[in-house]
Amino acid sequence: MATVTYDHATRLYPGTERPAVDQLDLHIEDGEFLVLVGPSGCGKSTSLRMLAGLEDVNAGSIYIGDRDVTDVQPKDRDIAMVFQNYALYPHMSVADNMGFALKIAGTPKQEIRKRVEEAAAILDLTEYLDRKPKALSGGQRQRVAMGRAIVRQPQVFLMDEPLSNLDAKLRVQTRTQIASLQRRLGVTTVYVTHDQTEALTMGDRIAVLKDGILQQVGTPRDMYDTPANVFVAGFIGSPAMNLATFDVTDGYAKVGAAQVRIDPAVLAKLTPEDKNQIVLGFRPEALDQAEADAPGAFPVEVNIVEELGSDAFVYGSLTGPAAQDAQLTSGAGEGQVIVRVNPRTVPGKGSTIWVTIREGSQHVFSKSTGERLS
Amino acid sequence: MQNLQKLQITASAPDPAILDLPWSIPLAEWPDEVLAALPRGISRHIVRFVRLSGRVIAIKEIGESVAYREFELLRQLRKLEVPSVVPVGVITGRQDAHGERLEAVLVTEHLQFSLPYRALYSQSLQPTTATRLIDALAVLMVRLHLVGFYWGDVSLSNTLFRRDAETFAAYLVDAETGDLHRTLTPGQRAYDLDLARTNIIGELMDLAAGELLDEEVDEVAIGDRLVERYQELWNTLTDEESFASGDRWRVAARIERLNELGFDVGELDITTDIDGTSVRIQPKVVDAGHHSRRLLRLTGLDVQENQARRLLNDLDSYRAATDRQNDDEEFVAHDWLREVYEHTIQSVPRTMRRKLEAAQLFHEILDHRWFISEQAGHDVPMAEAVASYVEHVLQHRPDEKSLLGLAPGEKDPEDVE
Repeated sequence: MATVTYDHATRLYPGTERPAVDQLDLHIEDGEFLVLVGPSGCGKSTSLRMLAGLEDVNAGSIYIGDRDVTDVQPKDRDIAMVFQNYALYPHMSVADNMGFALKIAGTPKQEIRKRVEEAAAILDLTEYLDRKPKALSGGQRQRVAMGRAIVRQPQVFLMDEPLSNLDAKLRVQTRTQIASLQRRLGVTTVYVTHDQTEALTMGDRIAVLKDGILQQVGTPRDMYDTPANVFVAGFIGSPAMNLATFDVTDGYAKVGAAQVRIDPAVLAKLTPEDKNQIVLGFRPEALDQAEADAPGAFPVEVNIVEELGSDAFVYGSLTGPAAQDAQLTSGAGEGQVIVRVNPRTVPGKGSTIWVTIREGSQHVFSKSTGERLS
Repeated sequence: MQNLQKLQITASAPDPAILDLPWSIPLAEWPDEVLAALPRGISRHIVRFVRLSGRVIAIKEIGESVAYREFELLRQLRKLEVPSVVPVGVITGRQDAHGERLEAVLVTEHLQFSLPYRALYSQSLQPTTATRLIDALAVLMVRLHLVGFYWGDVSLSNTLFRRDAETFAAYLVDAETGDLHRTLTPGQRAYDLDLARTNIIGELMDLAAGELLDEEVDEVAIGDRLVERYQELWNTLTDEESFASGDRWRVAARIERLNELGFDVGELDITTDIDGTSVRIQPKVVDAGHHSRRLLRLTGLDVQENQARRLLNDLDSYRAATDRQNDDEEFVAHDWLREVYEHTIQSVPRTMRRKLEAAQLFHEILDHRWFISEQAGHDVPMAEAVASYVEHVLQHRPDEKSLLGLAPGEKDPEDVE
């Protein structure tokens, strides 16, 4: 087992000007489950493939443990790409299906059997070892594929969107299985996904990438509570955070017809480039319904209510003079604000509700740089 | 029930008959009367073969985004003229009678006269057949890597084979794990090759476990052969070579060597050093199909590379035998096509003519003729050779036009508990 370190690692494709991965600096601890997440084209798969040795590193280096593997052949890196090959062989026993790569490598028979038995115990496959794969369920077959990677005892597991070709139900099941299995094995794992829910539920830490640049790395809690910039704020969380631009005067942001107080310490960080504007972020679940005259309350006109049983969400518009220029975005797209409301007292369509941002749940970002100020 | 679902069909040349298939039923439960066949062995997805407007299509249930991705990749591979299955379309929005969502499907055309490797042995896989399959796969991998395609899951099961004279030509079937890049890095090529080696040895070990592999076959040696053949071919096609400027014949020799391997040189980099004493050459663009392109130009026949080689040789002997070395090659080819090639094919009884591709039939007849002529001690006339071939060989051969897999209801002979 080992740590993984990207040291200013850059991948520039021939004939392009912008690096696909730009000076990635990332240290992954021994035994850690790290998720690389971001929208398509952000460089997450390229980063993983650089670690696998499938992409050249044009500048910087990559280390597995203390070993510089930047120019090492993929098969000599002591890594395993999980789920790449999970064709099962019908005539071979489950044990042979799991151990055949070791046999090719010339590992002694007893050693193979020992490792296969250990892996089978972890994967709950012990009683099937001498059966044929035909006897296995779909989920068990998936685990045999995991077993193939485990018996090789690699330093690092790599997984590139391993759940993308599963149906929705099996995806949620396998997600939990992979996460708990990884914790039991304690093997350093780098996992790529475009799905932020997958990232939040599986990773010890998450690294968010955009346009080849690392935006933030931290625990799921860090990402949710203190997103480093507007991009991460909008990307992590479901439904996504409401983000809008407001003018600031005398310590207050003008939100529609209302005024929301902003911490003076935060406002002190504004620069002339910000032109007295901030991007204010608030999650749908950080809003409380309030009376119209409550301090900091602002009106939202209800367009639709989505009732989910345990929760209800209002999709609405900000009203008032400043609302037009607010460049509001949320999980519902542009111009819509999302508010989580009590499912037992749902407002009617077309009505106006007043909401306040819960204490400590404001996210303030610089208008000019998008960086977090609060 | 059909009207409950809102099917979305993305296809390159849609066939309305496709709408009549029972899309509201999970593929695994499609009734026998719709099916042409089921695949053999264990596939990771549900796959079925169906007859549609006189052709056979393969239908695979797979996640929606993966289906679109694979469809697009297969289309690009077609454009790049890499041997691969032809994508027909993607169908999404399927629902069953209760409104439950059903998986999207990818539809591809079944490749006529193609042989899955499991169909290439009745008792056990012979060492010579195994090595020929590997050689064909090595050529396919080199061609894929030359156009920047990383396969990600090379195996015998993900490949189809067509007879090509005494050898085979390989076609990519499954592009699910693939990626198309501008060029591949050495790491990508090495990893793809290493995966291929592991998968092939695994597949052969599986056949051995099922006693379907000739005992003489050394699984690991065959896997290693793939790596050697691949590297040999890759180096010949791409290596830089330098020599003294007096040895310029080596440029022509290099091109000839590539032609001999079946490749045309589309672009060759030639650089000289400043004082002009040495020359370096490196092929930049090479295209497979040197002989098949030449035959196509001369006769309009579109056949595999080694079949083309064989036909071109026969054309040459025809030209010598009829003493027409000074005639235009096109005219001679035209006469050869009519008098020899088409005449020979047409003299095979119609009922058996379509068991093999015409060019393969012609090749086997030539082989057979050589064989019986040697036995007889004199040249056997073509008509006699055809009759003998039909009686002793062809009528005992299976029909390979659409050799698919298991008939509906048939038990997989390899199905073991």
